[in-house]
Amino acid sequence: MMHILLSRWRQGHRTLPYPKELPSLPARFQGLPRIEAAKCPEACRLCAEACPVAAIGFGPGGPSLDLGRCVFCPACVEACPEGAIAFTGDHRLATTSREALVTTGADRYARAEALGAELKRVLGRSLKLRVVSAGGCNGCEVDVNVLGTLAWDLGRFGIQYVASPRHADGLLVTGPVTRNMELALRKTYDAVPGPKIVIAVGACAIQGGPYCHREEQLGGVGSVLPVDLYIPGCPPHPLTILDGLLRLLGKLNEPR
Amino acid sequence: MTRRALKAVKNGQPLALAELAPLSVADFRDAILAAVHEGDRLACLCADGQLRLFAVLADDAGKTLRVACTQLDQPRYPALTPACPQAHLFERELAEQYGIVPEGHPWLKPVRYHRPWTGGESQPLPLPGVMDFYRVEGDEVHEVAVGPVHAGVIEPGHFRFQCHGETVFHLEIALGYQHRGVEQALEGGPHPLSLKQAETAAGDTSIAHVWAYCRNLEGLAGVPVSARADRVRGVALELERAANHVGDLGALSGDVGFLPTASFCGRLRGDWLNLSAEVCGSRLGRNWLRPGGLQHDVDHALAQRLLPRLEKAWAETQDALELLWGAASAMIRFEVAGHLTPVQAREIGLVGVPARACGISLDVRHDHPFGPYRDHAVVPVLAESGNVHSRAWVRWRELSESHRYLASALTDLGHKPCEPRPGPLPGLAADSLCVSLVEGWRGEVLHLALTDAEGRFARYKIVDPSFHNWFGLALALRGEQISDFPLCNKSFNLSYCGHDL
Repeated sequence: MMHILLSRWRQGHRTLPYPKELPSLPARFQGLPRIEAAKCPEACRLCAEACPVAAIGFGPGGPSLDLGRCVFCPACVEACPEGAIAFTGDHRLATTSREALVTTGADRYARAEALGAELKRVLGRSLKLRVVSAGGCNGCEVDVNVLGTLAWDLGRFGIQYVASPRHADGLLVTGPVTRNMELALRKTYDAVPGPKIVIAVGACAIQGGPYCHREEQLGGVGSVLPVDLYIPGCPPHPLTILDGLLRLLGKLNEPR
Repeated sequence: MTRRALKAVKNGQPLALAELAPLSVADFRDAILAAVHEGDRLACLCADGQLRLFAVLADDAGKTLRVACTQLDQPRYPALTPACPQAHLFERELAEQYGIVPEGHPWLKPVRYHRPWTGGESQPLPLPGVMDFYRVEGDEVHEVAVGPVHAGVIEPGHFRFQCHGETVFHLEIALGYQHRGVEQALEGGPHPLSLKQAETAAGDTSIAHVWAYCRNLEGLAGVPVSARADRVRGVALELERAANHVGDLGALSGDVGFLPTASFCGRLRGDWLNLSAEVCGSRLGRNWLRPGGLQHDVDHALAQRLLPRLEKAWAETQDALELLWGAASAMIRFEVAGHLTPVQAREIGLVGVPARACGISLDVRHDHPFGPYRDHAVVPVLAESGNVHSRAWVRWRELSESHRYLASALTDLGHKPCEPRPGPLPGLAADSLCVSLVEGWRGEVLHLALTDAEGRFARYKIVDPSFHNWFGLALALRGEQISDFPLCNKSFNLSYCGHDL
């Protein structure tokens, strides 16, 4: 017992002070991309050609990047001769609509909005989530799991992962939804009592990620269930996931 | 037939198929059985679309890899499994993938529940988890079915326990729910997405898989990797090992209700992961390696930032784990659960931490050294009892080895200049075979690449250590209480997606 107390004293209180203070992210962290269309040479499509998941499109305003498809590899950044695309350190990537994930960089990125008044009344102070991995590589899964450790202490926000869908207010889904998991995912969703929400975490869960071309998967959760929150990344940083969850519950009161 | 009839290769060394004369089916079988009889391990057995079978045998004590090939003239051959149990899952796999029937296989069930790759669009899709499970009959015998969706943030799998009271007679594990077609996606490659798919073959083992993939490309393209790049890759691999071992030891503590170590390690695992993130931006080491070298080097300033953080994480990890080893109530639970014998481990071809926990000396870094481990000797960490305690103990001792490597490599790297990022690799050697092994944190990660006449992947086979070891978990649970399943399971902590691919 004395040893335990001594270790506790040595290691100290280590729960992050987030959201009062932002934890420091590594310098090479890849967050929200910045796109400077003005730098694009005429008719240049090198970034789009380099992208392995066809996440880059071109409109009248220049290139757009679909964060729902993006696997955060450096191909577009390296392909661009003018440095028009760069990933910034901004971790706030979650959105409430699929369309909002397509960013042109010029517009303000439409971050996730809070649930409607009625859902927020029911779920806002206590959100229980059942996590389902539907073909995930255990990358998103471990970074979802880590929010439960004492460093992040998800419980202090009233959010908890639960063992049974019957106890849950919604599903948090990772993976592209393999054909072999489709039925299990549908059944788990059906077992959650309403009103309920669905959260798609990671590039796979949004659009199939690195497996988007494979017929063994269905191209993300949206092909099977209605999605209320999209959290992009491969995998998303725990801070990005937490930011999304807190935005959905209207617990981050910042102007942007 | 002896194993001398097999072609010896080095880890990561390409071999022109012209130099690998196909054996007759009888000789192929005899050579494999003779090699296994002499102590070799069947590291890989796979087929390709042309009814060829390839086998990789690892002589770990003799530090040699051997490959063999045979050409079937019809999609059937006499199974190896009755004489060589470690072939059982490989033979089930090639039956499912290519419709090749290993005749006499006692347990020919689906592995990943997909249609055969050789056609069969007309067949209905197989239903995952629907198969003829092994059953024990009797008045008081009952069956417990768990999954695919489990009570926790873990991947899906289906577990069937045959129980008598609290005692588990048998556990059968049905996987395949995570099957997303990794091996087939790599065929015809390397494609632009291939590197990302190698990284996510088992996403908690990104570095080991991507390193094995890169070494195959580098071997087949004839591109040497600099000593510095190898050193940095070693840093990536050992950080991955450390983070996962710390996480596993914490989770094991949690499973026996010893919360101080569980809580500390949950946070400390993040401290180790964040060291990787400092180098490449990703906690899981994504975008760190690239074929030919590195995406992100470790310069002097970065090494200087990492070293004090490494020492702090290591000191706090030791502090947290010494509590565990000093807790008699936790130790007794570790010591009585999940026992495997060395004989069982050898028969089923166990690899990695669970094999070393049975006293079997096997570690790719030592037996088939690659990259920095050719100069930096790694001594396999062994334990004797083959139980949960041994598997935990091996992880703990390996942490110390990883720390030793990391401290010396980071100090050394900081003193020398960085290298530029490598350019694209030249084309791969045509009609060749390359086998690359890396000791990931769970155990041996094997990638086998076979190229066609244009130097594209005709077949790409991945063997995650979990593929060998899932059956070990099933055996370890025999005679245990079902309530000890979480503890036994965590002591193996196997990958679902690495198995399902």
